[in-house]
Amino acid sequence: MSDLTRRTAADLADALAGGETSSVELTVAHLERIDAVDGDVHAFLHVDREGALAQARASDERRAAGNPVGRLDGVPVAVKDVLATKGLPTTCGSRILEGWVPPYDATVVTRLREAGLPILGKTNMDEFAMGSSTEHSAYGPTHNPWDLDRIPGGSGGGSAAAVAAFEAPLAVGTDTGGSIRQPGAVTGTVGVKPTYGGVSRYGLVALANSLDQAGPVTRTILDSALLHEVIGGHDPLDSTSIDQPLPSLVDAARAGASGDMKGVRVGVVKELTGEGYQPGVQARFDESVQLLVDAGAEVVEVSCPHFVHALAAYYLILPSEASSNLAKFDAMRYGLRVVPEGVDNPNAEEVMRATRDAGFGDEVKRRIILGTYALSSGYYDAYYGQAQKVRTLISRDFAAAFESADVLVSPTAPTTAFKLGEKLDDPVAMYLNDIATIPANLAGVPGLSLPSGLADEDGLPTGFQILAPAMADDRLYRVGATLEAALLDRWGTPLVPPELVEGVDRAPDLASADKETVR
Amino acid sequence: MPDITREEVAHLADLARIDLSDAELDHLAPQLAVILDSIKSISEVAADDIPPTSHALPLTNVFREDVRRPGLTAQEALSGAPQVEEQRFAVPRILGEEA
Amino acid sequence: MTTQGATAPALMSYDEAMATFDPVMGLEVHVELNTVTKMFCGCPTEFGADPNTQVCPTCLGLPGAMPVVNGKAVESAIRIGLALNCSIAPWCRFARKNYFYPDMPKNFQTSQYDEPIAFDGWTEVDVDGETYRVEIERAHMEEDTGKSLHVGTSGRIHGADYSLVDYNRAGIPLIEIVTKPITGTGDKAPLVAKAYVAHLREMLLGLGVSDVRMEQGSLRCDVNLSLRDSPESPLGTRTETKNVNSLRSVERAVRYEVGRQAARLADGASIVQETRHWHEDTGITTSGREKSDAEDYRYFPEPDLVPIAPDAAWIEELRAALPEPPRERRARLQEEWGFSDLEMRDTVGAGALGLVEETIAAGAPPAAARKWWLSEMARRANEQGVDIAALAVTPADVARVQALVDEGKINDKLARQVFDGVLAGEGTPDDVVASRGLAVVSDEGALSEAVDRAIAANPDVAQKIRDGKVAAAGALIGAVMKEMRGQADAGRVRELILAKLS
Repeated sequence: MSDLTRRTAADLADALAGGETSSVELTVAHLERIDAVDGDVHAFLHVDREGALAQARASDERRAAGNPVGRLDGVPVAVKDVLATKGLPTTCGSRILEGWVPPYDATVVTRLREAGLPILGKTNMDEFAMGSSTEHSAYGPTHNPWDLDRIPGGSGGGSAAAVAAFEAPLAVGTDTGGSIRQPGAVTGTVGVKPTYGGVSRYGLVALANSLDQAGPVTRTILDSALLHEVIGGHDPLDSTSIDQPLPSLVDAARAGASGDMKGVRVGVVKELTGEGYQPGVQARFDESVQLLVDAGAEVVEVSCPHFVHALAAYYLILPSEASSNLAKFDAMRYGLRVVPEGVDNPNAEEVMRATRDAGFGDEVKRRIILGTYALSSGYYDAYYGQAQKVRTLISRDFAAAFESADVLVSPTAPTTAFKLGEKLDDPVAMYLNDIATIPANLAGVPGLSLPSGLADEDGLPTGFQILAPAMADDRLYRVGATLEAALLDRWGTPLVPPELVEGVDRAPDLASADKETVR
Repeated sequence: MPDITREEVAHLADLARIDLSDAELDHLAPQLAVILDSIKSISEVAADDIPPTSHALPLTNVFREDVRRPGLTAQEALSGAPQVEEQRFAVPRILGEEA
Repeated sequence: MTTQGATAPALMSYDEAMATFDPVMGLEVHVELNTVTKMFCGCPTEFGADPNTQVCPTCLGLPGAMPVVNGKAVESAIRIGLALNCSIAPWCRFARKNYFYPDMPKNFQTSQYDEPIAFDGWTEVDVDGETYRVEIERAHMEEDTGKSLHVGTSGRIHGADYSLVDYNRAGIPLIEIVTKPITGTGDKAPLVAKAYVAHLREMLLGLGVSDVRMEQGSLRCDVNLSLRDSPESPLGTRTETKNVNSLRSVERAVRYEVGRQAARLADGASIVQETRHWHEDTGITTSGREKSDAEDYRYFPEPDLVPIAPDAAWIEELRAALPEPPRERRARLQEEWGFSDLEMRDTVGAGALGLVEETIAAGAPPAAARKWWLSEMARRANEQGVDIAALAVTPADVARVQALVDEGKINDKLARQVFDGVLAGEGTPDDVVASRGLAVVSDEGALSEAVDRAIAANPDVAQKIRDGKVAAAGALIGAVMKEMRGQADAGRVRELILAKLS
């Protein structure tokens, strides 16, 4: 029973359909796995044992009546704590929302429920999705299942770690500058940022409205395609959502798995490789490109000269939008209320200020101040205004590149997982983790990261990023599936964190023999 | 232009309604200056004739019909409130003019 | 006569102020649209609902919620712009106006900044026979805020212990109409301001986009005023006065601010650029927040919404379907009703045009409708210190009362008592006539007996009448009416007297 947690979601879906297992059995298995390892991994901020089991029971009942609601009916899923879940705490990794229970569901969550996926719980994240390491969570960091002393990436480290540690077969994350893809890279999992507007943002607590997207976090390409199809599609509650049907991503994944890349032009982005990229990361990337060539792809080098300004544009646009988005956290309607000490009969303003100082962490404060500055009269044109122009230039770079290539590729992140605490005092060094992922968010094009092998120098996962034109998410899945199949062929077996290789019966897996599981 | 003084940070914190302590101000100002320095290149990049992009997708005219949708009950609306009185959100005294 | 610790400053007399200075006004009017749902969500907009029962994640500003534009509100905004002779933007966006206030759920207002949907228009208002052209800077869409109740000793914001907020109103569509500086009004400034607001009300009612009830807040006016030495001088420092909740208040507030500013300027003091608060009860303005043009709202385009690009053909359709412009309508009605220029002007000036029109539509003759509204109702409105439209009597009521008079069931004097009853909430005119027993006595027998008694009690007067002095009948009529407590048709009484004494 315990090897249920090792199987892919697609596999589990088949097992459910074939009567081999039940959703309750699956859910229990994953809850037990969470109990066993999450004390060390800390992927979850909240586990909804009863809710998940009730949903699992309902799924089994539907199936018994011959009415499963979809392919993934009964397969459990974890949800990043930035998405509103009715009745479940939603903290966005922040103290300012400690204990907040939304009275409504995000559209993505509604779609998960309607598709019958039991929701295991909410996963950890950098506070308000600001970060690349999940170290900025107010509730303590998540630990990379590959090495508990290392970061799992961010901001969606919780979802990626949960999936990497087999605590959930599927998870939903959000990506504003790489927050799905970069954790995917450093935890050896698959993560997809859909085309902007491809997945509803209603109920997704906004960081940067013009950049945010929710997407799948899984262990395989096919699993991501299945989940993407559940959560994607037009939402009338989101004015920025695309009003066109999704291309068939599952079909694309299947087609890709056959391994034929003939006629596909793969563009290597000059500005996103080479200097600044850890040698092991670069090596795995180059090998993966070669695998695509071996499968019949034509490789071209493309240049996107304005990508060098992407980081600057991003760190102006994001804080600007975020500073406005986070203004609503003012102690009046929900969340934390802190009354300033030593003040007689404090007024609303004083309570707001004290609450926001106590409730927001350092990185959030940094970005709010930065954003307030960039939007200030006198500075708007030079900063926010300019950044929006650079965005245009970046979009044009993509458009030009996509004339000579069907997909663009790069390493997902410049390094493997660094140690916890290593970059905390150097915000700029931290920001550099997103250097390859940010351009896609600025232009709104879709991107995917899949595991491309372990770096030689440290044995840690690396990620391969695939980018496609807007609305062409299917290309990600096709090329990704081809590469995945080729890599699996080379490795013989999927790469899993070393402590977990011998199976889950030996508990606690992620702790040394004489250490107690902390839970 | 990228130089940001402690006073400016204090003013911005004021605009953003965050009560930064002296220690925080001391800590933040140089960090912000470094960040701003690293992004100052942005002001020279785009020529005047480049239009800004506020949306990746060229959508326009997304409207809804003037038709009711179910909302929240008062209880749901007030469920997260730090303080409630007479089915309203109780907030500390507000200084300034009435709207 | 002061308000909570504020001492009323010295004022210069209005006439002296106008002889010394030239006023420049700017009027900002907020119109609450009468759409079924809010600007960015599907919550109802009904007035008077229980607190926080007309809210959803979007208008409550819950984390994660998103706005979707109400297409009907956009249509109304365009129609308002067209009616004001504005250009309609072929492409525009919403913008966030960022500031903190507990009645604002998101601590930013989704509004429009440098891309209003309508701009550069004009309209004309008539005051005392002269036409003033008011240039319109812009009309744009935004959303309303929640409402706060201040709990404490006075119920006013100053000195309140805490506040209670209801977000039912948050998100209701507002159109803000901003004039360019209104110059050249001289001492007519208060009347021009009032006429402009009345004119807008009429226009908006005609468009059917709002119920423009100032007393309910669906039409709000902020008055900006500055004084300068002469029309050739540069503009002076202006103040903005809020809480101007009726047409009366508009006129009074302008008048007051002129006097206050003139006194300061004459004293050598400067005008503080600030927001002031109008107090209808005491007739003064008091200082509110210091208003700075440089208040940093950090505007940027609303990233959760996409641009609005109204189709040119659609705009032309809307233009073609606009109702008759107010001035043309007035000219037509004047002719239909047979009013003189002065009578028409007085009707419009009293803010009674719509009311008179409805009364006539309900069956009353035009002259009667005008008479009741301009004399009787205007007097009562004045006594209560409210606008005529805020009285608790409807055009249907007035038409019914006139019909009762025409039918001889009551007379003019009794009619006034009927109005007393209706205004006191005793019911319809018929209800009041019945419950107060105000019907004219139509029983000829009783009337005849009363006449006989009057004749018997006043033999000298009776003799004079017999001798041909018909005018003397007045005294006898008076006596009969007194006995009948006014419930007799004076004309019939006269007939009976003359018949009996001929």
